[in-house]
Amino acid sequence: MIPAAFEYATATTVDEAVGHLHHYGEDAKLLAGGQSLVPLMRLRLAQPSALVDISRMQGVGSIKRDDGHITVGAGVRHADIERDSTVRDGLPLLAEVAHEVGDAQVRNLGTMGGVIAHGDAAGDYCTLALMLDAEIITSKRTHPASAFFRDVFTTALDPDEVVTGVRFPVARGPHAYIKFRRRLYDWAIAGVMVQDTGSEWRVGYVNLGSTPLRGGGVEQALADGATPTEAATHAVEGLEPRDDVRATAEYKRHLATVLTRRALETAT
Amino acid sequence: MAVTTMIGASIQRREDPRLVTGHGAYIDDLTRPQMVHMTVVRSPFAHAAIRGLDVAAARSAPGVVAVLTAADFRAVIGGGIPVANAFVPDKAQVPDQFHVAESEAIYQGEAIAVVIASSSYAAADAAELVRIDFDPLPAVMDVDKAIQPGSPLVASGRPDNIGWDAVFPGGDIDAAFTEADVVVKERIHQQRVLPVPMEGRGCIAEFDNYDNRLTLWTSTQVPHFVRLFLSTALGMAESQVRVIAPHVGGAFGSKIRPYPEEYLASAASKLLGRPVKWIEDRSENLVATTHGRGQVYDIEVAAKRDGTLLGLKLTQILDIGAYHGVFSAFQVVACLVAGGPYTWKAVHGRSIGVFTNRTSTDPYRGAGRPEATHLCERAVDLVARELNMDPVEVRRKNFVKEFPHPNNFGLVYDSGDYDKTLNRALEIVDYPALRRRQEELRAQGRYLGVGLSTYVEICGIGPSAATAPAAGVALVESSMVRVHPTGSVTVTVGTHAHGQGHDTTFAQIVADTLGVPYDTVEIRHGDTNESPFGYGTYGSRSLAVGGISILKSCQKVVDKARHLAAHVLEAAEEDVVHDAGRYHVKGSPETAKTIGELAFAAYGAGLPEGMEQGLEAVTYFDPPNFVWPFGAHICVVEIDAETGNVAIERYVAVDDCGNVINPMIVDGQIHGGIAQGIAQALYEEVRYDESGLMLTGTFLDYLVPTIAEMPHFETERTVTPSPTNELGVKGIGEAGTIASSAAVINAIVDALSPLGIRHVDMPARPDRIWKMMQEAKA
Amino acid sequence: MTRSITVTINGTERRDEVEPRLLLVHYLRENCGLTGTHVGCDTSQCGACTVHLDGRAVKSCSLFAVQVDGRSLTTIEGLGATEMHPLQKAFWSEHGLQCGFCTPGFIMAAAQLLADNPEPTDEDIVKALEGNLCRCTGYENIMRSVRSAVKAARTPAAAAEPVQVGG
Repeated sequence: MIPAAFEYATATTVDEAVGHLHHYGEDAKLLAGGQSLVPLMRLRLAQPSALVDISRMQGVGSIKRDDGHITVGAGVRHADIERDSTVRDGLPLLAEVAHEVGDAQVRNLGTMGGVIAHGDAAGDYCTLALMLDAEIITSKRTHPASAFFRDVFTTALDPDEVVTGVRFPVARGPHAYIKFRRRLYDWAIAGVMVQDTGSEWRVGYVNLGSTPLRGGGVEQALADGATPTEAATHAVEGLEPRDDVRATAEYKRHLATVLTRRALETAT
Repeated sequence: MAVTTMIGASIQRREDPRLVTGHGAYIDDLTRPQMVHMTVVRSPFAHAAIRGLDVAAARSAPGVVAVLTAADFRAVIGGGIPVANAFVPDKAQVPDQFHVAESEAIYQGEAIAVVIASSSYAAADAAELVRIDFDPLPAVMDVDKAIQPGSPLVASGRPDNIGWDAVFPGGDIDAAFTEADVVVKERIHQQRVLPVPMEGRGCIAEFDNYDNRLTLWTSTQVPHFVRLFLSTALGMAESQVRVIAPHVGGAFGSKIRPYPEEYLASAASKLLGRPVKWIEDRSENLVATTHGRGQVYDIEVAAKRDGTLLGLKLTQILDIGAYHGVFSAFQVVACLVAGGPYTWKAVHGRSIGVFTNRTSTDPYRGAGRPEATHLCERAVDLVARELNMDPVEVRRKNFVKEFPHPNNFGLVYDSGDYDKTLNRALEIVDYPALRRRQEELRAQGRYLGVGLSTYVEICGIGPSAATAPAAGVALVESSMVRVHPTGSVTVTVGTHAHGQGHDTTFAQIVADTLGVPYDTVEIRHGDTNESPFGYGTYGSRSLAVGGISILKSCQKVVDKARHLAAHVLEAAEEDVVHDAGRYHVKGSPETAKTIGELAFAAYGAGLPEGMEQGLEAVTYFDPPNFVWPFGAHICVVEIDAETGNVAIERYVAVDDCGNVINPMIVDGQIHGGIAQGIAQALYEEVRYDESGLMLTGTFLDYLVPTIAEMPHFETERTVTPSPTNELGVKGIGEAGTIASSAAVINAIVDALSPLGIRHVDMPARPDRIWKMMQEAKA
Repeated sequence: MTRSITVTINGTERRDEVEPRLLLVHYLRENCGLTGTHVGCDTSQCGACTVHLDGRAVKSCSLFAVQVDGRSLTTIEGLGATEMHPLQKAFWSEHGLQCGFCTPGFIMAAAQLLADNPEPTDEDIVKALEGNLCRCTGYENIMRSVRSAVKAARTPAAAAEPVQVGG
């Protein structure tokens, strides 16, 4: 299928990207890796009036570690995140999550910034950012992840705001990501991430509500000394999965419990 | 390599160098001068009245050449989509299916208008500007309800939603049930699935107004068939129409019929005087190309306490879709082969074809036979379960052992050794050890299951004695073998390969039979101007019917060359020996003439009295019987007790397709076939919402498995030659699919049997299994 | 409306005027005549359109041609332009294809794997090919083909050299 026509501009700096967004107005979209956007455009489910190509934008392509944090530039591609030694050393869970995004070809094009800005409850990084209290750095400000993902595909971004990076805390403790799906490259029917930060467990849920979700109840139970099995009984708290073509809400809630226990038991 | 060993050798495919380097020529790779592009505007509704159609904006859009609607097409196309008898000559009704909807659209994806533009991009844009005033109507989606008197109708003006209701009595079924110690019943669903070849459909139509000729390049399994129906509908002589099937990127039964777009593109080309190209998008493919399966079976099985099978009653309720598929009634064959490889006193089938507001169903790999195997193998397991017997024992006890074996409907199984394939499969998996391990794991709360599927399939379709009464046609197959003056050979055939490697396999047969170098044999197919009329490639028929036709053409050539050799060698014909391409007089092998030398002579002067020049032959082969491959598949699964997820631990297939021409290709066919059966058993399903809209309209939601979901296939073969043909071959294109869904589901049910679960429908999604386990435990 | 792009394709630079919405796969097929790269779906699920962009496997149906301005592409035609790539030989010798429609995409995806990782495990192979669909082979012989190419690369003498069978 064939996308509808659009105007096209490239931006090599963040300022230039912001300028283009101002110029083209609210129907314009940023084009980074395009791995979610272009298929939607081919189906004509998305028909942006203009695309601002930020795939060559300067200053968003690196991964840096400083001060107990790893900042991943918005333009860094999944394949580079999964192989990056700084990430593998400082936040191995992020490397593992990156390895499970999309498929091999998608990981070669899709970017950190694209996933975060898309704000999909099924976007694996979104859950990781939320549960680790990462910061979303943009052309305007820094958002705490906890205030960033607002609703279905809705974030705190203004129409002319450009994500430039995500700042994750270093966490090298036991961790696991279980992404339950029918086919290896599908989105999660339900996904559970756990990370021992050294001082506490963090737990996050993928595609179990309209936004990425954090397992506060499970975290609290673990802090109170619960076993994985006991803690997992709190998994369903706050989840709001829906029936869809992949599975019923009831089943997804059940999965959340099972996968939480398994993730906690297998975290290494 | 000596020529006598070509048959049976795993020769690498001659098709492949071009394909692995990106030099194939599939339909979308072709172009014609002055070509324009067609986009089809389709109904987004399952059922809607069309109150108005406004194409003005589309007509004036940039690049648009024409927007054509029903009235335009009615002027040049004289008929709709044909419907074959296919086992049910007396259909209850055969509604006319014109190629575009006029006042009422009755399935999602039905064509309503076409836009022709200078580029596919311009056509796509203009298609969005076609304004159709739809009035949505209730969609008839549930076959059980559709069948009831007074049901809402799929289309206005029809008397009801029944396409056919036919009974197939195979023996005295009441007597068989009277003897029964046990009777088991089950309802078995065969969900709708999509054939999804990786290449969708597509065509280029080029009408030549000067000579009144039409050339249609189209992605099809049946070029001659398309020509026959297209020429008739367009009011053209068949000789004026040339259909060319280029490389075809898979089909699996979905390209064995003419489709509306082939008529529409041809008519548009005639109207516009320019070549018209139409390429199907994947989204279109999922609604506009025929679907497979879509059936419900109610079965009752009568057996004796010792496991002897007595009677099988089945009612097939087949969701035809909005219109008859060209061959949808072929799937009724399920009733005739439902007895599988077992002896029954009686088998009684009833088939009800029901219209719904969905895309038509038509043959999909196996077409009725996977369904038959699935119900039969489930039935045998249900009996075993009821009697607390090992499913292996029930199978062994009831296997047909003597051949030829007429089944309950008079179809004659040509040869077989069902115990042999089963025993070998059991040996490979170490069945006793597997059962012991299952006991151990059960004690630990784990769910390991072993599933058997012992099948026999009808293929090599088909002998006219059977196909003429059932289908109204003689499904023979044709070939022409021509030895050129310098000895090289051109073979044209009526079949059309789309991944099966016919160029290689057929050349192997020709090389051995004529005794010429393999490399000098060229196989040509897919162009109606080159080959004799043929019925095409489907139903595992290309080798057992088409291949034998080639063999016979070669034999005719060999015989003529022998006659000529006798003349040249000045010997009596009966004294001339043909040995690996050389003719000599018995006892004098040193003085020989090659077939090449004789070919040269055959085109010259000085031939024997009464012999015409040339060295070639044409054969239309009408086989005396079908051929009946068989085998035993064993699937081992473990089910995750907490999530219901099914993991295939092992998949073993021991198949017997008679003599094998190219083992490598046969293995490949088995692999792909098994994969499609597993895909149906575990993953694939077309789903709709309550209004009749498809929920699985892209590959995001229609779960074609990836490499990660497929297990390793352990394949072996036994060889029981077919007595039906001289090569002793059967067929292998569909066997894997016919066997595998039953093996997987039987394994799942076996795994869950401690919970009292006796049947699981397809696809065995983890949420469904989990729910069943929860309910069983409750 | 159109933009000028300069792209190096299979080692040869070319310049074209393209509409921004022109998908890379259509650019390759229609403008460049490189029809070995196929379109098998609308949603970037099937991988039949896989090419290499600056050495990385990407799905050319999910990129616009304008995005590859100044960059370098390799298509299936360029992979074995002078001699068949070991993967092309291996798919041939191991019967890793039937209809052949998905094959260029599989070979291109596997080619990146082999370039990055000369000793892939089966798990690595699966992960590299997870984004490609095949309907004919059941993947059995695709796995075999990739393993065979790996082996051939390790021991060039034992390379899976396809045998042309003669009479």
